[in-house]
Amino acid sequence: MSTLAAADTPAIELAGVTRRFVSPTGKSHTALHDYSMTVRRGEFVAIVGPTGCGKSTTLNLITGMAKPNAGQVSIMGKAVTGTDPRIGFVFQTDALFPWRSVLRNVAAGPLFRGVPKEQAYATAREWIARVGLVGFENHYPHQLSGGMRKRVTLAQTFINDPEILLMDEPFSALDVQTRIVMQDELLAIWSRSNASVVFVTHDLEEAIALADRVYVLTAGPATVKAVYDIGLPRPRITSEIRYQPEFIEISRRIWEDLREEVQVSYARTQLASA
Amino acid sequence: MTTTTVTAVSANGIASDAADRAAAAAPRRRQRLILFLRVAILVVFLGSWELAAQKHVIDPFFFAMPSTIAVQLWTWITEGTSQGPLWGEVLVTLEETVLGFVIGAVLGIVCGIVLGRDKLLADVFSIYIKVANSIPRIVLGSIFVIALGLGMQSKVALAVVMVFFVVFANAFQGVREADRALIANARILGASQWQVTTSVIVPAAMSWILASLHVSFGFALVGAVVGEFLGSRHGIGLLISTEQGLFSPAGVFAAMIVLAVVALAADYLLTWAENRLLKWRPPAFSDVGA
Repeated sequence: MSTLAAADTPAIELAGVTRRFVSPTGKSHTALHDYSMTVRRGEFVAIVGPTGCGKSTTLNLITGMAKPNAGQVSIMGKAVTGTDPRIGFVFQTDALFPWRSVLRNVAAGPLFRGVPKEQAYATAREWIARVGLVGFENHYPHQLSGGMRKRVTLAQTFINDPEILLMDEPFSALDVQTRIVMQDELLAIWSRSNASVVFVTHDLEEAIALADRVYVLTAGPATVKAVYDIGLPRPRITSEIRYQPEFIEISRRIWEDLREEVQVSYARTQLASA
Repeated sequence: MTTTTVTAVSANGIASDAADRAAAAAPRRRQRLILFLRVAILVVFLGSWELAAQKHVIDPFFFAMPSTIAVQLWTWITEGTSQGPLWGEVLVTLEETVLGFVIGAVLGIVCGIVLGRDKLLADVFSIYIKVANSIPRIVLGSIFVIALGLGMQSKVALAVVMVFFVVFANAFQGVREADRALIANARILGASQWQVTTSVIVPAAMSWILASLHVSFGFALVGAVVGEFLGSRHGIGLLISTEQGLFSPAGVFAAMIVLAVVALAADYLLTWAENRLLKWRPPAFSDVGA
């Protein structure tokens, strides 16, 4: 009975969350306003919205790095108090440790968590093989290409076997070809895990290709404008899926919504710079 | 089709081999030119100094000349100085310098990291550090000689003070500049506060700290020598002060050369250590060429 109830509770739930920032000059800025979102267990949710609307703030709330001014954030049915060990986070910027080799970067999580060295390195080697970087164990991050560094990042994150995976525009710095390869790579690794994913992106096609559901946010202060179910069958191959008629149809519908918000946001920056 | 491709590739390979050799020869020629010019400047400088002193264009009584300096150095090496054998004097100064350097650097690194990590401590102490940093610290040498006597402690103390602030300021800055994303990443991967400090903050601040160690070894040497100057029984500083009293510029210059050799040797050692500790950094393009 209790296990059934546990399986029913959503992996992540944000209920009526408001988050304000106070700038050093004392001006208050609302990033999120009355924001609600639910991520079911094992679900892949993407968030799209205009630049600077508060997409990353949602992730910071889930990790506990930011606290809501109003509303409730909970993981697996429990309110967020601090950084939960079940969370994995892939950053937009390169967050690999530049002074650690690939092997020691991937093993960082288990080592921090007190796993014995040999075991941590053995698991790290498995993950390095899984992301196709055998032979690069002793390279330093600066010796790798952008795509290879992202592979290391994925291995570094997935080695902790996260139940919740948060990704903040992880592939935005990559060139288009590498980005598509990495999207497929991510789906392949994710399909073998049971992680619930929140994937923040400004790339609508990326969101549709990867996610089960897409949240479209309004221009800041962000709130949910619309939620779309993406019914495309899995397993998906992201490089091919984008030419299917359903994909194009969904993409057109979501873009209608998104465009209005992007225009609002753009008009505002014009106004601010004028 | 395949054969033509293969020949084309091998022909290319040969051509690029020759080009590679030519490209490699150019920097070697340049290196030789630089070495030649360096030696030439030294010869011209010392030669004209010697000549000017011989011809009494400048007074050798005040400015000495390279030959008398060399003779002085040779006498020190073979017969020892007025205070004892030269290597003994060098050893005394070196011991004070190294002790002061190590103590000052360790204190500086620890304080820099602690204050860099704690915002409240940093805000409270920043004003005092600014004040202490603006005082000409070399003046403290007099206090140390009065308080700690003519022995080694007063010189070590002065060297510590000289080193501490430089290393501290850099360690503090290095900690403050540590990448926020890396710290956040470590936290989420499961690092405790202590693990964040040891495996993110310290390595991130390391290039700042090592840069300061380079400069501060020179400061430690200045501290030790000035300390000896102010009052001591042994050391190169005392030697300089004695030679000054004897109106022997050759002796002062000779002591200066001894100090320069010590400082250069230490600099090589520190560079070597730095390259080993920072081998994860991307090499600069000039290093690839060399």
